[in-house]
Amino acid sequence: MQPTQDVLIPEVIQQIPLTYYLILSTSLFVIGIIGVLTRRNAIIIFMSIELMLNAVNLLLIAFSSYRSDSAGQVFVFFIMAVAAAEVSVGLAIIVMIYRNTRSIDVGLLNKLKW
Amino acid sequence: MLPIILLSVFGIALLFLGFMKSKAILLPATLLFLLVTLAVNFLDWNKTYLYFNDMLRVNNLAMVFIAIVLGSAFLVVALSGSFIENDEAQPAEYYGIILFSLVGAVMMIAFENLIMLFVGVEILSVAMYVLTGSDKRNLRSNEAALKYFLMGAFTTGIMLFGMALLYGATGSFTLAGIGGYAASQQGLSLLLYVGLLMLLIGLLFKVSAAPFHFWTPDVYDGAPTIFTAFMSTVVKTAGFAALFRLLSVSFVGVYNFWWTILAIITAVTLIIGNLTAAYQNSFKRMMAYSSISHAGYLLIGLAALGAQTKQAIVFYSLAYSVATISAFGVLLLVAQQKNTQTISKEGISTENFDAFNGLARQNPLLGFAMTVSMLSLAGIPLTAGFWGKFYMFSTAVERGQIWLLVVAVLMSAVGIYYYFRVIIAMYFRDGAAEPIRVAPFYKYVLLAATILTLGLGVAPGLLQGLF
Repeated sequence: MQPTQDVLIPEVIQQIPLTYYLILSTSLFVIGIIGVLTRRNAIIIFMSIELMLNAVNLLLIAFSSYRSDSAGQVFVFFIMAVAAAEVSVGLAIIVMIYRNTRSIDVGLLNKLKW
Repeated sequence: MLPIILLSVFGIALLFLGFMKSKAILLPATLLFLLVTLAVNFLDWNKTYLYFNDMLRVNNLAMVFIAIVLGSAFLVVALSGSFIENDEAQPAEYYGIILFSLVGAVMMIAFENLIMLFVGVEILSVAMYVLTGSDKRNLRSNEAALKYFLMGAFTTGIMLFGMALLYGATGSFTLAGIGGYAASQQGLSLLLYVGLLMLLIGLLFKVSAAPFHFWTPDVYDGAPTIFTAFMSTVVKTAGFAALFRLLSVSFVGVYNFWWTILAIITAVTLIIGNLTAAYQNSFKRMMAYSSISHAGYLLIGLAALGAQTKQAIVFYSLAYSVATISAFGVLLLVAQQKNTQTISKEGISTENFDAFNGLARQNPLLGFAMTVSMLSLAGIPLTAGFWGKFYMFSTAVERGQIWLLVVAVLMSAVGIYYYFRVIIAMYFRDGAAEPIRVAPFYKYVLLAATILTLGLGVAPGLLQGLF
């Protein structure tokens, strides 16, 4: 977990220990999880999921720059591209439901049970 | 990596074919494309190649899994002829999305780098969200799509966090890099264990293992039946191929850490899947719970990871896929007939067990195909399902996990109860079943699936020594 090539890492980043990044992104991630589990509006659930994904991005960037290894940053590009595709499909599904029910409250969707 | 390239090109070609006035060409074209891809897949037989800067690794096992996935897709597409009669359906888009989703399945099977695992899972899942909601006016389909999407995106987040933690622990996304770190016995970082658990949660969700199964019955029930058949076979096979590769290549070193967790998940999956399936009135929902329970049987082989696991998983997923597709094929025909006879009100499903009453008397072929597939799913001897369960259970014996074996055997006894309900309804109940017109091609597909199930049941050695 120690920085391998000190030269490549800007000094500002090194002044903050890696653990802090870990704590920050974990708390963002947990906030996202709580949002998904407690909110009833589909759009807000959706925003919480995006928060989770961006917490992952932050964590990957932190690890990547401390290790001076570019693989983590490349992964972030993939996550951003895939998340954009996912957003478009997700919003399409929400629009489809809004057209049929005039609401995006997930509590109203209870046709399927047991 | 020709299958990926071919499937992408063919998918785009299909979208363009959709511009033509006649929709009749789409089905044969899709079947042809799938056959070509299936043949090309075996070009690399007995060689191991790394593709795209070490992103994908193709070996014999991966090729066999790809063949199972493509073969299942072929059978499902062959059963989808009713799109042409339906004015609301857009077959070109459906077939295109099916081919694109197979790209994701191939990437999940052949991944060497976690980036490819993530991208593959997402390609497959996003395509599935669309297909689940493809019945746009139907509220049940809408609801299923939204549930699947929200839950799927949520677990993708968890899986990604796991990958990020693994990267933090090992400094690498490749299976070899992670495996090398995990094999060094001393001083493993805590991040590795947490990361592995979160990654496992993500993948177990995709194969619908309890306690991450809650989406499965709703989604399988709400989605159009033909896509339910696709989902329950292709997604499951690809998911287990990915789990097997991940655990057997990278995490053998920490087997003692994860096997207890996986064994408990296996037992819970078996119990929940089988017991809840016994209470269902809708056949489609019963099949959803049955697919959860089969995820449990497949997990036995992973929890008891050993020399035989590879063969057991391949055989089981093949037997399960073939039997499931033929069961859904019969259900499609029966539900279609009931739909045209009676105006089905919203909420009243035409897919209950009652729909099968007296079916075998008027339609001996459909009755026989359904019986064989139910026997195979229940694991009765002389069908492929029996040998699938046999191989799975022997992996558990090899590792000495007897308690898991006891749970599994008890639960397969419960399974016999609900699978036989269908057979009893077809042969011994009186019903207003009328002869169902079965298109010749449809008949061949059902026959092929039945013969394959029986053939593998009589001679299970056919697959041995292939890989």
